[in-house]
Formats: sequence, C-alpha cells, structure tokens
Amino acid sequence: MSQHEEQHTQHSIGYGRYILIWLGLLAFTGITVTLAGIDLGRWVIITSLVIASIKSILVLNVFMHLKFEDKMFKIFVLVAVATLVIFISLTFFDYAFY
Amino acid sequence: MTSNVPAIEPDYLHAQTNRKGIGAWIFSTDHKRIGILYMVSMLVFFMTAVVLGVLMRLEMLTPGKTIMQPQTYNTFFTLHGIMMIFLFIIPGLPAVFGNFLLPLMIGAKDVFFPRLNLLSWWLFITGGLLALVSLFLPGGPADTGWTFYVPYSIRTTTNVIPALFAAFILGFSSILTGLNFITTIHRMRAPGMTWFKMPLFTWALYSTAWIQILATPVIGITLLLVVVERLFGVGIFDPNLGGDPVLYQHLFWIYSHPAVYIMILPGLGVVSEILPVFARRTIFGYKVIAYSSLAIAFIGSLVWAHHMFTVGMSNTGMFIFSLLTFLVSIPSAIKVFNWIATLYKGSIKIEVPFLFVLSFIFQFSIGGLTGLMLGVLAVNIHVQDTYFVVGHFHYVMFGGTGFGLMAAMHFWFPKMFGKMFKKTPAIIGWLLMTIGFNTLYFPMFILGYLGMPRRYYDYLPQYQSYHIVSTVGSWILFIGILVIFINLLISLKKGMKASANPWGGKTLEWTVASPPPVENFHEIPVVEKGPYDYSEYEIKPELIK
Amino acid sequence: MTTAATTHTHRDDVGSRMGMWLFLFTELILFGGLFIIYAVYRFKFPEQFSLAARELDTLIGTVNTIILLTSSLTVALSITAIQQGKKHLSMMLIGMTIIFALAFLVNKYFEWSHKISIGIYPQSPELLNKPPGEILYFGLYYVMTGLHALHVIIGMVVLLFSMVFIASGKINQQSYVKLEAGGLYWHLVDIIWIFLFPLFYLIS
Ligand code: HEM
Repeated sequence: MSQHEEQHTQHSIGYGRYILIWLGLLAFTGITVTLAGIDLGRWVIITSLVIASIKSILVLNVFMHLKFEDKMFKIFVLVAVATLVIFISLTFFDYAFY
Repeated sequence: MTSNVPAIEPDYLHAQTNRKGIGAWIFSTDHKRIGILYMVSMLVFFMTAVVLGVLMRLEMLTPGKTIMQPQTYNTFFTLHGIMMIFLFIIPGLPAVFGNFLLPLMIGAKDVFFPRLNLLSWWLFITGGLLALVSLFLPGGPADTGWTFYVPYSIRTTTNVIPALFAAFILGFSSILTGLNFITTIHRMRAPGMTWFKMPLFTWALYSTAWIQILATPVIGITLLLVVVERLFGVGIFDPNLGGDPVLYQHLFWIYSHPAVYIMILPGLGVVSEILPVFARRTIFGYKVIAYSSLAIAFIGSLVWAHHMFTVGMSNTGMFIFSLLTFLVSIPSAIKVFNWIATLYKGSIKIEVPFLFVLSFIFQFSIGGLTGLMLGVLAVNIHVQDTYFVVGHFHYVMFGGTGFGLMAAMHFWFPKMFGKMFKKTPAIIGWLLMTIGFNTLYFPMFILGYLGMPRRYYDYLPQYQSYHIVSTVGSWILFIGILVIFINLLISLKKGMKASANPWGGKTLEWTVASPPPVENFHEIPVVEKGPYDYSEYEIKPELIK
Repeated sequence: MTTAATTHTHRDDVGSRMGMWLFLFTELILFGGLFIIYAVYRFKFPEQFSLAARELDTLIGTVNTIILLTSSLTVALSITAIQQGKKHLSMMLIGMTIIFALAFLVNKYFEWSHKISIGIYPQSPELLNKPPGEILYFGLYYVMTGLHALHVIIGMVVLLFSMVFIASGKINQQSYVKLEAGGLYWHLVDIIWIFLFPLFYLIS
C-alpha cells in the first residue's frame, strides 16, 4: 500500500521571518504600553483593542500559518470571530439602552 | 483496497476484535459501535426521565399533595429537565444516528477522529453518571430547574456543583462530536459527493455541529463560573457583590437557545431523509432545505433573549429579539412547506417511520406556531413561565425531535441490526404515542393561558379538569413508549432478516449490507447522482416487492 | 490507528489541522463568555474599573507579555526546525518555550500572592468594603487570569509530550502535524493574553 502524498502541504517559513514578526509584536507591545501611559481618556480602550487585534492578526497569519492554509480555514476563523462579536453586540442591545 | 478480503465479511456487530465481551464495545473506535453505545446509554437516561415526568404528572392529578412533597417535585423537574436536555435530546440524534450514519452516508470508512469519538462517549457517560450520583450525595439533588438561574443556584444547599459539572462535561462531549463531524464532512466525502449531493441529514448534522462548537463553550464557562462563585465566593453574578443575575441569563441562553436548534435540526434532517423514500419522490427544493438548515443555525444563534422578556430588559433589546424571533420561523416554515410539496403527487407507501414523520410534522407545526405566539411581546408577558411554555417546548422537543427520533429508530433499525421489526405492534405504539402525547400536552396550552404557572406542585382547584386530562394523557403516552420499545427489543431477537435496502432508500447507507461490514465500504463508492433520485417511479409507479 | 476496527492507510494533515482549529474556536468562545461579562461590567462601572486597575503592576504585565510573545516565537521556530530535519534544534526550542511558560507562571504567582497579601482576594474584608465595580473587576481578574494560567499549564504538558514524541521519532521531518497542533494551541494561549493584558493592566 503506497502512501498517498496528497495532503502533505509543506510551507516552511524561514527563521528570519518569524524573528521579524516577533520584533513587530514587541514593538506593538511597547506602543500600547506607552499610549496607556498618556492620558487618552476613553480612547485608551479603543487604541489598546486595535493594537491587540493587530498583534493577533500577526500571530494568526504568520505564527499560526493561517496565511498559507486553505481558504476554508480563513472563512472558519472569520465565522468564529464574527460569532463572538455578534454575541457581545447583541447583549449590548439590552445594556446600552436604558 | 486489499486483495485478501474474506468472501463473506463479518458485520460490525459480530466482528472479531482483540477485546472480548463488553470491552469490545466500550473501547471500540468503530463509529457504528459508538453510535449503538450512545443509543443504549441515552435510552436508559430517557426512560429514567420519562418515569420522573410521569410521576410529576401523577402529582398534578389533584390539588395539594398527591404523592410527593414540594421539594421532591422541585428536584424531579430539575432532574427531568437536565436528563432530557443534556442526556437525551442533545446527544439523541447527532450522537446516535449521526455517528452511525454520517460516514455511511458520505461514503467514508469512519469519522475523521475515531479515538476522539470514543472519548466523547466516555465523557458523555461520565457526565451522565455524575448527574446520577448527585442524587445520592448528602445535600440532596439539585432543585434549581435545569436552567440553574442565579442567585438561587448560588444559595441553595442542594448538590448543585455536581450537577453543574455534569452539564459542563456533557457540553464538552457534545463539542468533540461536533468538531469530529465538521472535519469528517469537509475531508472525507467520497469522490463525486459534492456539497449538494450530500443527503439532507448530513446537512443538518453539519449545521448542528457548528452550533455545538460555537455556542456550547459559552454555557461551559457560565456554569463553571457558578461553580467558582459557590466554592470561592468570587463576585461575578451574585447581586450582593454587585453582580448582575440577568447577565447570567443572557449567557445561559446564548447557548441554550441555539441548543434547541441542536435538538431540532437533526430532527428536521431525519424527516427530509424519510419523506422522499416513502413518497417515492425527489425531495422538493433540495437546496432550499440545505440552506435553510444553515440559516436556522445562524439566526437561531441570535434570538436567545426571547426567554427573558420579563426580566426587565431594555425596550430596544426586547424589540430586536422579538423581531429576530419572527425571522427564525421563516426557514423552519420553508422546510415544512417543502415537505408538504414533496408529498404532493407522491406514490405514498404507509410504513411505520412515515407515520412517525406525519406526527412530527403535525406536532412540530403546533410547537412552532405557539413559539411564534411566545415571540410576540404582549403575549409573552402574559404567558411567560406558565404551562403554555411547558406545552410549547414539549411540542417542539418531544413532539418534534422525540418523534423524529422514533422515526429514525424504525427507519434505520433494519440497517443497524439486520432485523425487521414487527409492524402491527409498532403501529399500535405509534397511535398510542400520538394520542397520548396530544392529550398530555394540548391542555397545557389552555392551562397556561388561564394562568397556571410552571414548576409548582400545587394549583388552584379550578384548573383540575385540565390537569386530569393531561395526566391521563401521560399514561397513554407511557404505554405507547413501552409498546414501541418492547416491540423493538423483541424484534432484535426474533425479527426477520432484513435485506440491504428494505425501504427502497437511495442514499449510500442502503448500498451496503445490513448490518454494515466493519469497514463500511469495500471500495469507496464514486457518487454520480443526487441523493434522492426517484425518477424511475415517475414512469412506473408500481412498487417493488 | 492501531485498533482493529479502523485501519487508516493514508493520512490527511489538513484535516487534522482543521480539527485543531475548530477546537481553538471553542477555546476562543470559552474565553469569549468571560469577555462578554467583562464588557458588560466595564460598561456599567467604567470609573471603578479603572480605579481598580491601578492596583495592578503594569511592569509585571508587560514582562509577562514579552515572555509569552517570545515563547510563541520559539514554538514557531521549532516547527521550521523539524521541517528541516533538525531534531535537536527543534527539541531545544520547545524546551525554551516550556521554560518561558514556567517563567510566566512564576511571575503570575508573585503577582497573585502580592494581591492576596494586601488583602485583595475573593470574600476578603478588604475587598468587600470596596464598591461593586471593583469587586467585580477583581473577580474577573482572578477568574480570567486563572483560567488563562490553567491553559498555560495545559499547553506546557502538550509541548512536553511533543518533545517526547520528537525524541522517540513519532514526530519527524515527514510527519509533524502533532507538533503543529501543539503549536497552534500555544499561540492561542498567547492571543488570549494579548487581549487580557490591555483589558486589565492598561485601563487605569
Ligand atoms: C413521557 C414523557 C414526559 C412527561 C410525562 C413530561 C412531563 C413533564 C412535566 C410534568 C414537567 C414539569 C412541568 C412543571 O411543573 O413546570 C416537565 C418539564 C420539563 N420537561 Fe418534560 N415530560 C416528558 C418528556 C420530555 C421530553 C422528551 C423532554 C425533552 C426532550 C422534556 C423536557 C422537559 C424540560 C426541559 C422541562 C423543564 C424542566 C424545568 O422546569 O426545569 N420532557 N416535563
């Protein structure tokens, strides 16, 4: 019985690229901590969340190889994240309108 | 695959394995054996919960104490609810028939993660046993209702923690099943089986699996939080610590409302599977039914707060959730219309599974329409937490999914065990069940409308006549269930041998022997036609055999 | 698959990874439930939340963030190493990840014990005297970072197993999807922290 070679996708990423992304992540951490130090009022939460999302996208795409996966995987991730967003926003239909 | 296959392959029931006795079952990774394992364990829990239900109905025969104390009644409806929901109806169709049929229907040899599949059964059993054990621990069984609403669930001295853990473990089991099914459907369909050549039951399983994955964790964490709150006094939901009990209800229903679609979607799938076979007609509007499953799964995840119209939500919230509730009825109604259209001009053959399907359609419609009434804000305020609600959800879950399960049980019984069941007792059982069911639950709508609240062991004398009718219904129903099961059990031993395709089905599971061989398919089939191709009957409506 | 009933003769790594991703979604939503609670309570008590957040040490939080990010890097690198057949390098990188994880937990331990020593823990008289928003903040703080720490521990065990599998040759240059799955899990733990960090430490 011969091994099917059908699905052994190789998408090796070089060490250099990973280290670059890591440096980027550290930089964003620095930025978000510094920004939080300045008094931005209600913008703090928004900037922090935006930066956290950027960091997650980096991790997802490169560290987790999402970029190189099947299109279906990307749809899955979108569905999962959208679900969470919808849960939170619908809950706020109750809390935000008193 | 290999050239050394024996001429007559052993079927999965009799195959030799390296373990003996019961070990060959409870450690088997064969999806078919796991399906049967689920079936046996699930039916045990079901019968226990049915007995609890019948006893509760007996208590309601007369006002005041009939046979039990108020606290006993509280623990009974709690356990009845927990068992029926988490141990019977959620695993019911997906875990039993999904496991057994999914690989057969898509032309695969097993599910994608067979060992994970076995693990999920073990989790199921662990959760089930934990729920049972909580009965006998000091402190007494939980009395919170299956909804575990805070703050009462934080304060009561009964064994809430084991019950919560049980529900948590069962949720985990359900997640693993869903994960397995999605991967299987994506990766293991036989060559030629495109998405739109998949049987509709598989579509239903697929949609269900997504809800299992994306909604179950919410209840997992919510129940854990209640545990943590009880154990360590961490402030999350407890109003004494500033918490918001209504938030608990939101989280609970974020899962538990989609969960009712975990319950009903596979039932709808079973109906879509059985109808074309006995109408000898291609299902009407295949794609629409497939898409409506996805639509139900999606919209069904957005309507949870219609369980909470009386807790003091914001008006905007009430309005939005009421609107969404109306929307979800559209894809469900589409399915019903498609089924009726399938029957039109069909060459209908009356068989037991078909009779159950007819009851299903009738009862599911009543359940669905009363659900719409409950979605109307003004009506909801009036009947919230009354017997109207009890009637509604029994109509959907029992009259719908429960009867769907009975239909499935009779439809695939020959495939599972290689035996035919006796027809006459089955028809008698069906008749008793249908009559009993409607006698039991229809009066509840009237009771609820008149103001009879749910979860009370007592009532005002003016309600008694309806309660009597309802209790008598529970006896008829109970006898019907017994007749059905005893008939199936006897047929297991004494039934006539079933052929590979006794009903004339067109999906792939009917192309293999009954019961199927261990490996399902000798050679993975190549699929060319859609699943319900009955074009030959359009010329010659004479039935075979 | 060694059981009698199933004999898989070909393997499908994409499918295995798909299963892992689906599992990660459930983890995401598990924490998602907590994020919903956080969002609602923060919305109700914005001032009290930011007051309570002052008690947290941003420095420790930042250090832990850096530790976790770096541990994510080493896991990612270990996969490249195994793809190139460098077994020892791969094992070393995983070993480093586990050490980072330990460092993270040690930090967490000191952070928690400091909180407890100044009397901030569930049901402490100190905490019960505070306004409700702060009680809820610390309730969430303990539950969310605690659950996250639990995931760190699970991740460590998973990675430890991967290391053993590499040593025994079960994970090798041709077949490393198990390591990929472990890595995916670890990255998710990282992502969760990426959100926990600003939500708890940076809102004062
Ligand atoms: C012979 C069958 C059954 C009988 C006699 C029965 C009877 C009852 C009764 C008397 C109650 C309590 C009503 C109250 O006082 O509020 C109840 C509640 C309930 N039943 Fe059933 N039932 C049966 C089958 C089922 C099935 C098949 C399901 C689900 C699939 C189910 C799910 C529930 C649930 C979720 C509750 C609510 C429990 C609670 O309030 O926490 N029942 N049932």
